[in-house]
Amino acid sequence: MTLALVGILVTATLRAATPLLLAALGGIFSERSGVVNIALEGIMLVSSFVAVWANFVTGSWVVGILGGVVAGVLYSGLHAVASIRFKADQTVSGVALNLAAVGLTEFLLNRVWGQGGGSPAVNRVPDLFGLNLFVYVAFALALVAHWALFKTSWGLRLRAVGEHPLAADTVGVNVAKMRYWGVLLSGALAGLAGASLSIGLLSRFVHGMTAGKGFIALAAVIFGKWNPLGAIAATLLFGVSESLGTIFQTLGVTAIPTQFFGMAPYFLTMLALAGFVGRSTAPAASGVPYEKAH
Amino acid sequence: MLKLTGITKRFGSLVANDSIDLEVRQGEIHALLGENGAGKSTLMNILYGLYTPDAGTIEWKGKPVKIEGPGHAIELGIGMVHQHFMLIPVFTVAENIVLGMEPGGVALDMKQANQRVREISTQFGLEVDPEDKIQSISVGQQQRVEILKALYRGAELLILDEPTAVLTPQEVVELGKIMKNLVAQGRTIIIITHKLKEVLHLADRVSVIRRGRKITTVEAQGKTEAELANLMVGRDVELKVEKQESHPTLPVLEVNHLSAKNDRGLDAVKDVSFQVRAGEIVGIAGVDGNGQSELIASITGLRKPTSGTVKVNGRDLTAHSPKQVRDAGVGHIPEDRQRRGLVLDFSIAENAALGDHRKFTRFGLLNYGKMTDLAERIVKTFDVRPPRPDYVARSLSGGNQQKVIVGREIMRDPNLLIAVQPTRGLDVGAIEFIHRRLVAERDSGKAVLLVSLELDEVMNLADRILVMYKGQIVAEVTGHEATEENLGLMMAGGGGARG
Amino acid sequence: MHVAKESGLSKAIRDAVEAITVPVLATILGLIVGTVFILLAGKDPVQAYIAFAQAVAGTPRAFGETLVSTIPLIFTGLAVSLAFRSGLFNIGVEGQYLVAQIASVVVGYAIKMPATWPPFIAGMLHVTLAVSAGALAGAAWAGIVGLLKALRGVHEVINSIMLNYIALFLCGWLLNNYLRASSGQASSHAVQPTAALTQGLIEGSRLHTGLWIALAAALVVWVILWKTPAGYEIRSVGLAPGAAEYAGISVAKNTVLAMALSGALAGLAGAVQTLGVNRKFFETTAFVGYGFDGIAVALVGRNHPLGVILAALLFGALARGGPQMQAAAGVPKAVIYIVQGTVIFFVAAEGIWRFLKNRKLKAEVKSA
Repeated sequence: MTLALVGILVTATLRAATPLLLAALGGIFSERSGVVNIALEGIMLVSSFVAVWANFVTGSWVVGILGGVVAGVLYSGLHAVASIRFKADQTVSGVALNLAAVGLTEFLLNRVWGQGGGSPAVNRVPDLFGLNLFVYVAFALALVAHWALFKTSWGLRLRAVGEHPLAADTVGVNVAKMRYWGVLLSGALAGLAGASLSIGLLSRFVHGMTAGKGFIALAAVIFGKWNPLGAIAATLLFGVSESLGTIFQTLGVTAIPTQFFGMAPYFLTMLALAGFVGRSTAPAASGVPYEKAH
Repeated sequence: MLKLTGITKRFGSLVANDSIDLEVRQGEIHALLGENGAGKSTLMNILYGLYTPDAGTIEWKGKPVKIEGPGHAIELGIGMVHQHFMLIPVFTVAENIVLGMEPGGVALDMKQANQRVREISTQFGLEVDPEDKIQSISVGQQQRVEILKALYRGAELLILDEPTAVLTPQEVVELGKIMKNLVAQGRTIIIITHKLKEVLHLADRVSVIRRGRKITTVEAQGKTEAELANLMVGRDVELKVEKQESHPTLPVLEVNHLSAKNDRGLDAVKDVSFQVRAGEIVGIAGVDGNGQSELIASITGLRKPTSGTVKVNGRDLTAHSPKQVRDAGVGHIPEDRQRRGLVLDFSIAENAALGDHRKFTRFGLLNYGKMTDLAERIVKTFDVRPPRPDYVARSLSGGNQQKVIVGREIMRDPNLLIAVQPTRGLDVGAIEFIHRRLVAERDSGKAVLLVSLELDEVMNLADRILVMYKGQIVAEVTGHEATEENLGLMMAGGGGARG
Repeated sequence: MHVAKESGLSKAIRDAVEAITVPVLATILGLIVGTVFILLAGKDPVQAYIAFAQAVAGTPRAFGETLVSTIPLIFTGLAVSLAFRSGLFNIGVEGQYLVAQIASVVVGYAIKMPATWPPFIAGMLHVTLAVSAGALAGAAWAGIVGLLKALRGVHEVINSIMLNYIALFLCGWLLNNYLRASSGQASSHAVQPTAALTQGLIEGSRLHTGLWIALAAALVVWVILWKTPAGYEIRSVGLAPGAAEYAGISVAKNTVLAMALSGALAGLAGAVQTLGVNRKFFETTAFVGYGFDGIAVALVGRNHPLGVILAALLFGALARGGPQMQAAAGVPKAVIYIVQGTVIFFVAAEGIWRFLKNRKLKAEVKSA
């Protein structure tokens, strides 16, 4: 009985952690390059829609994933241009994109399928040994991300640009280019995260389905100290809190009202952040637009 | 080797460089001398590709070039060591040096990088450990890393921007040796500075820049400081402030066995005790980073000391809030005028009330009339330009911003005036003015505590000088006894025990 | 030396015009983008905009309803702009609004004014109590965020959003277990008549006396920010925390204070809307949206109470006209969200760009 329970806990946690991990990796790349990306939530939402749409049109989940990633890159491109080219306040730009995403997806939902609640079902990305493909992809990408950030020249330059862009500029590193890398990569990863939600864990798009996961991913970035391995740990923790509801339901415990399980991930996030003074380890130039002298 | 002809650069309506000609010979050490704001940094930034000139040509090794950016300048063989180091604190020495020109293919080969750094470090006699993190090495070592950065990229011409700002007199001599060594290995050096002594110590030739124009180029050999100062400013300069003997009376500030930690949790102030009496100026001399900032922060309430006491006029103010310290009659001209001294987006009038804003009220509401009155008085007495209390502080020049702060603090009529780097970044005229005001405060019976990284300023103004080294007061000398040699020695940790 | 002073009025007018240009431009751009989407939807923009105009101000009743939509936006716009002034981003207005709704319903329902009292007095008192309860609830909810930022340095955006979701679940649970009118009902008990805000300020519409409270709140915010020492402190912490600390102003205290005040305004939004329009708490699984709209209102209104009122009117009109555009011209009301997002986007990008352009000029001048 307990082994089965542990099995359920593990699978539920991994499933819950996957979109968070993918989005968190995106957040890490963006912030490491110096651009705060609060728009992860919006990017995820838009991508989860496009993934379903592309899947619906072609009947292929491969195209669906591709669609999600491309949508993520394009949507994050808006944030990139606003933050890097126009030096906009990155928090405001991110929030704007989040709000627009809600409207955009609702509008498109109406246009494509004529209904407001959600899309029809599509082919789901298949499972492998009981776990969805996305789970394996997420954890593999985390390891790749760690290598890229800390063991390559590209990663060194990316981090330099997030710590001290002026210093990097004076040795000839193209600050804007590296930051575009950071933000667009975060868009691709958030796109993957969105796709994992709509065609990996579920098999349709539901209005507002991200429900704050993009922000929890941001908390995981901070909690994990802007390190992909740390993000793995953090998202697993948050994944546990999300899957608690399932666990208790399986156990047949009804004393705790469902709303409290709903609250759990958010509450845990607050607790984790409060207990963690992570500010001093953020990339030093994160959130500050870079002005090139001329 | 290098020839600049007719270089002109404008920023809006300000002409920073006005048709400047400059010629630098191969293998020489050429000083670019000028006051703060004269345009020397702009000129060198153009040479390094950070700015594009509006007019003029650059000839490098006989061929005309257009320098597209720092990357291009580096390719040409021009390297720059900036005044504010361009180093990434959380990276190691080697990572900083190889950034942008990393060994290995896609994967970064740090072993090779570290090896390479050790090689050039020995070749040029600039000792550093490639695996140290920048945030944990000394300022002098950081400067060596900056120089190595340029050398790693094959720089033949090195531009050093105010290199001695952070060094003790002995370290300046060290730097001189390093520079001579580099020249012996075939390099050419341009050094930007406003310090007359350095020019005489280090340079072969000097080009003087004043208000964007090049005045002249002369041999450094045989010149005096006064001559150079005259060239730099265009008139005879009072290098020393006229002051009478001081007649100190009772102690106003008493610091006893004060200790404090810095932001990283390390001991910054170690068991410091001293007094400042009414009617005297006490100067604290020392190289940047020896605890002066933390000491002042502990006295003014911006930092909690770990032990010891601070008393002003007998009142115990240890670990009190900045508000309580100010209310006790302490004025503070802070080290960082833009980050601490002013709210840049407030008007001059609103800034005049900063710190005492609760006193500018009527029936509980703010009294802007009263603020403006004070601002008008400050603007008039301290010659702030433009003389408009409604102007936003951000639109003032650095010198005028500083005058607003100095004016505000002095007009509060404090018993103790703490001035930290009060003339940093100011032109000679403003410096003279503020020096005279500080002496005037002292003559009217106030206690003045001066902290400055400019040794000349401290020697000029202070009646008593305390030398701070690694968090402790290692020496105390009177203004008369102080010489650059003995002070310099103590600032570096050698020589004299407490007097 | 005579120091010249520019006439206060002409300077005020100059400032106002300068402040309006960017938001107006951004709004126009937003409307253009909206038009594009209307066309994408295959609908006729002209028909859409006529329907829009009629819905907003075609009749007195319509205008009254537009004002009804505007009132909560004034409060939430003030809330967000006050927080912005102290350097904080209060994106938690949605959650603060929810808890304030519950609080005002509880006080509005559970307290029964003595029947012998003249209705006017009883009404004034009850409304005051209920509204205050809402404001306090909002202040407390936001205060948590302020405290966590002041004490633990946690970014207020993430915490605010977390509290939004927590509030959603919490209020659902409270409704379920304590406040349901009767099982199966999707709402709470109604508030007592004495706690309701009188409607009908404009014949035939639901426009209620909350309008006066909103305008008064704007005035109070203006006075606080620019006429009191507390406001001086809040603004200096927002503009230059280092200088504020140097001047003896407690950054921590003002962080909490500003968030609490902001939350109180958000709470007023919830309380006034409940007492003026809903008169009870309706079950909900989604955010009402006034909080997010408040961000747009604050940005377009340049964080100034007067600007906020005008911007609130704009967005109130959008909210009122949007559904009508759908009904009359078949345009999906999601277009409104797109317009809003676009307007904020352009206001943020444009404003900061200009500001930085000026700063760069000054920096270059000084570093030469």
